[in-house]
Amino acid sequence: MDFALMLNSIPDLLRGSILTFELVGLSMLFGMLMAMPLSLLRVSKRIWCLAPAYGYIFFFRGTPLLVQIFLVYYGLSQFAWIKESIMWPILREPYWCAIIAFTLNTTAYTGEILRGAIQAIPHGQIEAAQSVGMSRIMLLRRIIAPQALVIALPGYSNELILLLKGSALASTITLLELTGITRKIIAETYKPFELFILAACMYVVITFILTRIFNWVEHRFTAYRRPPELMEDQEGIPDNI
Amino acid sequence: MKKAVVFLTLVLFLATSGLAMGGDVLKIATEGAYRPFNYVKPDGSLSGLDVEIARALAAEMGLDKDDYELVIQEWDGMIPGLLARKFDVIVASMSITDKRKEAVAFTEPYYYETGSFVAKEGADLEISKQGLKGKTVGVQTATTWARYLEGVYADVVDIKFYDSVQNHNLDLKAGRLDAVLATSFYMSSWLESEEGQGCEIVGEPVSNPNYIGEGVAIALRKGETELKEDLNAALDAIIADGTHKKIARKYFPVDIYPYEK
Repeated sequence: MDFALMLNSIPDLLRGSILTFELVGLSMLFGMLMAMPLSLLRVSKRIWCLAPAYGYIFFFRGTPLLVQIFLVYYGLSQFAWIKESIMWPILREPYWCAIIAFTLNTTAYTGEILRGAIQAIPHGQIEAAQSVGMSRIMLLRRIIAPQALVIALPGYSNELILLLKGSALASTITLLELTGITRKIIAETYKPFELFILAACMYVVITFILTRIFNWVEHRFTAYRRPPELMEDQEGIPDNI
Repeated sequence: MKKAVVFLTLVLFLATSGLAMGGDVLKIATEGAYRPFNYVKPDGSLSGLDVEIARALAAEMGLDKDDYELVIQEWDGMIPGLLARKFDVIVASMSITDKRKEAVAFTEPYYYETGSFVAKEGADLEISKQGLKGKTVGVQTATTWARYLEGVYADVVDIKFYDSVQNHNLDLKAGRLDAVLATSFYMSSWLESEEGQGCEIVGEPVSNPNYIGEGVAIALRKGETELKEDLNAALDAIIADGTHKKIARKYFPVDIYPYEK
């Protein structure tokens, strides 16, 4: 074991982790924004809403992420009209290609998670809302969305962890994120064990942070499900009430 | 018993040395299975860069067709055959390595495995620190060329590392890279293929010995200083008069030797 090498590689790997964070963070944000309307289309009863959403989810869940990355990165650049289009400055960059591929991928999974969450809301609530004359938008905003998002949390945190690990594939399109930079150092030092174990540790730490954040969010938004006496001491509430 | 061994060794030595010395014919060994460097043509004759270089050297040394002979020797028996005096020199694209230097002597190198920068036609790229400033160059990771780029251009060039030569060529075609750097032999054959259309070699081949190694040379037995000097003189001569370049150009569109040294 070359501990000196491991120690010396930590700054490089941390730099790689920042890129990993960026890739996962932006894809997660864009993915969430796209997944919400997708899930609504997916639960629609109209076939021209349902079919495209179903097809989209079917395709992106049914193909490997690596294939999707290659399709976006190497595939699109094959066509001259894409290289001449206004999209090229973005599609030219491996950074954005990775984010596009990750976003498309995570949108499909998140959309399906949200679909399940929406359908988990008791139908009686929706009927009740309709009976008091709520519009469709208000129904969505007040009844469906707040509950569905909370129900989706555990599944969504799972999806994010998968996305984090999937982001290692960005190294195949020249991005020096955590895995990319690890592979590069290995190519120079021929010490795969030391560096992969170090990278693995960093992924574990990132995953740990992610799960803690989600646990906290989940705890925060599911207070209504817990009996009052189990509520933990919260700041700002005086002890003597 | 001991005497018998000594006697036999002596007989063998005399017999083999007699073979090589017989009639003062210079025997040149090559492998004949390493296209385009040395190979057997359908009619049974030898051809290739090594073979033509060997012929040019022989001519330069004033040897007639009867004064030298090309023989085919399998690769693994090449150095043992030389040491056993079955032939006198090896012209078979043999790279100079420390291990081989323990067993045989080498002339000056007659070619180097070089690297070539390739860019799109008309890119008007100048291969220098100035010309490559701010450019993106692709290279296969963990290769000689990656080390070279990092060693020489790291401060001005955005180096992108690829898992394969094919992938950086794809990105060169796609316009994501301003240039790529890879083995000249590979790149020149790629440029001749359909995928390589529209791209061209730019600048001089990369042949920095600090990164590339010592080159490819003719091997001969240690101690044959006179032959070595003759070969080196002949090599200098065919390089100086352009014969070397003319031969190399038949096989490679890029320089495989730094003629301007």
